[in-house]
Amino acid sequence: MTIIAFQGAIILGMIYAIMAVGVFISFRTLDIPDLTVDSSFVTGAAVSAVFCVAGHPWLALPAGFLASAVAGMVTAVLNTHLKIQPLLAGILVMLGLYSVNLRIMGNRANISLLNQPTIFQSLEGTPLADQAEWLIPLALLLLVIGLLYGFLKTRFGFILRGTGDNQQMVRALGVDTSKMILAGMALANGLVGLCGAVLAQYQSYCDISMGVGMVVIGLASVIIGEVIFGIRSLFRRLLAVVLGAIVYRIVIAFALNLGMPSTDLKLVSAIIVTLALSLPVLKAKYFLWQKRRKG
Amino acid sequence: MLEIQHVSLTFGQGTINEKQALKNVSFTLKDGDFVTVIGSNGSGKSTLLNSISGVYEMDCGRIFLDDVDISFWPEYKRSRFVGRVFQDPLLGTAYAMTIEENLAMALMKGQQHGLQPGISSKESAYLKEQLSRLDLGLEDRMKDKVGLLSGGQRQALTLLMATLVMPKVLLLDEHTAALDPASARKVMELTREIVGKNQLTTLMVTHNMQQALSYGNRTIMMNEGGIILDLEGEERQNMTVEGLVELFNQKNQGEKLENDRMLLQL
Repeated sequence: MTIIAFQGAIILGMIYAIMAVGVFISFRTLDIPDLTVDSSFVTGAAVSAVFCVAGHPWLALPAGFLASAVAGMVTAVLNTHLKIQPLLAGILVMLGLYSVNLRIMGNRANISLLNQPTIFQSLEGTPLADQAEWLIPLALLLLVIGLLYGFLKTRFGFILRGTGDNQQMVRALGVDTSKMILAGMALANGLVGLCGAVLAQYQSYCDISMGVGMVVIGLASVIIGEVIFGIRSLFRRLLAVVLGAIVYRIVIAFALNLGMPSTDLKLVSAIIVTLALSLPVLKAKYFLWQKRRKG
Repeated sequence: MLEIQHVSLTFGQGTINEKQALKNVSFTLKDGDFVTVIGSNGSGKSTLLNSISGVYEMDCGRIFLDDVDISFWPEYKRSRFVGRVFQDPLLGTAYAMTIEENLAMALMKGQQHGLQPGISSKESAYLKEQLSRLDLGLEDRMKDKVGLLSGGQRQALTLLMATLVMPKVLLLDEHTAALDPASARKVMELTREIVGKNQLTTLMVTHNMQQALSYGNRTIMMNEGGIILDLEGEERQNMTVEGLVELFNQKNQGEKLENDRMLLQL
């Protein structure tokens, strides 16, 4: 693999890490498997593309975050107030959002951002112009992780984590868990949208189907991180998610380099997550089999 | 003061499994009352506690707490004034968070949950001091995750969490039933100490008749969703477990007290 391809994988990993952290919030902190991600990712990207075309690449990031956060809130309300199972609530919003995303993109299936201003041009004229490609994703990622770590250590953050752990306890402590799920899902999907917003600008285009399988990639990153880097403390967990996202991208880059057709990418992602999720069961079965063999 | 007025509650209304769990229950808890509740399985003890805490919606009836009608308040809103310890030690704490973080959440009860730090150093010192009063050595394990604690330690912690911000009513739902005898004794000791020192108005469900008579100042016996016995004062002081069984059988002519768990714990 060339150095350039390797660098590219790391940069992509840093961008996707923002999405993975969002999936970490819904999947691990709130304990909700949230499929909204596949569409809210595109929402962030679409809003970002529209803002770039209008000449506001930086404003595109908070706008993408907010638009996707609203999508997450809809899923939360379907779940908490209309009592639809989280999995199904996510699927419903994911489906509906597809049409919304098309509308945001002006009923086009893709938007090209070549010749449009993006955040990656904002260092032009400074000595760092050549480094913008990795400096900006790194800066954004550090900002997101820093803010999120601080947030999870606040009172609000405590209660949010408690809600994922044990809703009954949080209600017994006088907190409306519906509101906490609403806030948590908004945050999780907001981060996913922010990632979409950055990615659209990084690759200079936005496509209506760019979010397919995104939740699986997010899960893969979370799980790979946990397996390799551990879950001892909160900081360690966040770091693990980031490193997991980068490792995932490097693995994919290697596979592509070895001649895997890029059309097989989704199958490989699905297999990686299946293996990672079933690891504990497979391990137990293996030990049982060994025990039996020895008699 | 907690007033329960004509509360009825039916599960699975209109289905084949319809069961009336509470039938027109009324009673009043005076401030500082420590009431023990006994009765066989399915007599409505837990349901009574759960309708006070707002887990279940009642069919009809009213609940007043210090003259405020809380009948239609959601569970979380009542929790600001109602402390609870559940039978299942897993239900009272967040297992993936540290002891300190769990206590900090309990300390926030009734306050704003904003973006201020989850635990200030002052709060940390206060929580450590409170925890040391349990006499379990947990104050040296503040940064340990609750998932590492035993059932007894968890119940003691939950009891402390439920009373860190003083509730108006404390509800204990067989909170020692899932513990080994030694842990159960320890948790009961702590219960007596905390309730006594703070003169907490308390409702404690138990399967243990001896416990029901030796703790608190009043005992209620339930059967088939209603209160069939309400003992207080001298009558209660002179009561024995055998006497209770006798009374139960008198009140339920034809139906013997045949609950294994209750009999075994005579």
